[in-house]
Amino acid sequence: MDSEKIRLVYRIKPMDLANAGVSSSHVKAELQRYGIEEDVVKRVGIICFEAEMNMILYSVGGKLKVEANSDAVEIFAEDNGPGIEDLEKAMQPGYSTAPPWAQDYGFGAGMGFPNMKQNSDVFKVESTPGVGTKIHAIVYRRKRDETK
Amino acid sequence: MKVENSNPTNFVWLERVFTKFYNLSDSMKIREIIEKIDGKIVSGEDKLDVEVERGFAADLLSDVLALTEEKACLITGITGPQVIRVAEVLDIPLIIIARGKQPSKALVEAAKLSGIPVVLTNKTVFETCGILYTNGVKPCKIKIIQSSEETNTCLNAD
Repeated sequence: MDSEKIRLVYRIKPMDLANAGVSSSHVKAELQRYGIEEDVVKRVGIICFEAEMNMILYSVGGKLKVEANSDAVEIFAEDNGPGIEDLEKAMQPGYSTAPPWAQDYGFGAGMGFPNMKQNSDVFKVESTPGVGTKIHAIVYRRKRDETK
Repeated sequence: MKVENSNPTNFVWLERVFTKFYNLSDSMKIREIIEKIDGKIVSGEDKLDVEVERGFAADLLSDVLALTEEKACLITGITGPQVIRVAEVLDIPLIIIARGKQPSKALVEAAKLSGIPVVLTNKTVFETCGILYTNGVKPCKIKIIQSSEETNTCLNAD
């Protein structure tokens, strides 16, 4: 299975709390099926969950893409707006613009971005207010020191 | 004349007595947890003999996702189906819904599909944690995510 490439794509609908986390659970199950290491699967699952939640809570909808090969798992999350006004603030632990109803569901602790960053080996966010937000995260399957 | 000391079987016996007497066991079966917290199981009835070693309590799923570093049972007041998704992603062995809260239909359905045990109790999160702790369930390791800035912002400003 190592040479095979896996590609998963999900459409995330805005405000769809009932299905929050369904895509991430599916990603996890698929990656496990392909024999990807347990700790990598867990980190990818967490990143996907946070990205998915962000799109559900704040965006007008978007796409979650996961690609895996023998070296790494890459996560792409792209939404169509409204974009993040102050990305630097959004990256700070504890900073949240979540509405109170989201907090009733246990979300909006302001840990989304810090958590995604912590679980990725490479983490990039691009956001243009009025256009949308793009997240690109990579989790390496082997520690980079070992591959050298 | 030599006195025979350190008969190993004696120590095994002693250890057993201490373990039983002082509750030194370091995990609890789900069955035991249900009994001690007056719980009611609503899904995962086939997993009553699963051992729970660690616990974590939170009403913010973001915190569960961000902070837990080990597999731990979750004691919470959240009743939405999202808690099951989080449990799937993090391999949470047991969810305890405290304060007599009733889980949503969607939660129970999702739990049954994924086979994750869910237990309801009328006790508070505080009391539930206390009971588990005194019976040997340990806290789980957490990550401390520090702000990139020097200023120590309080994590739970609300």
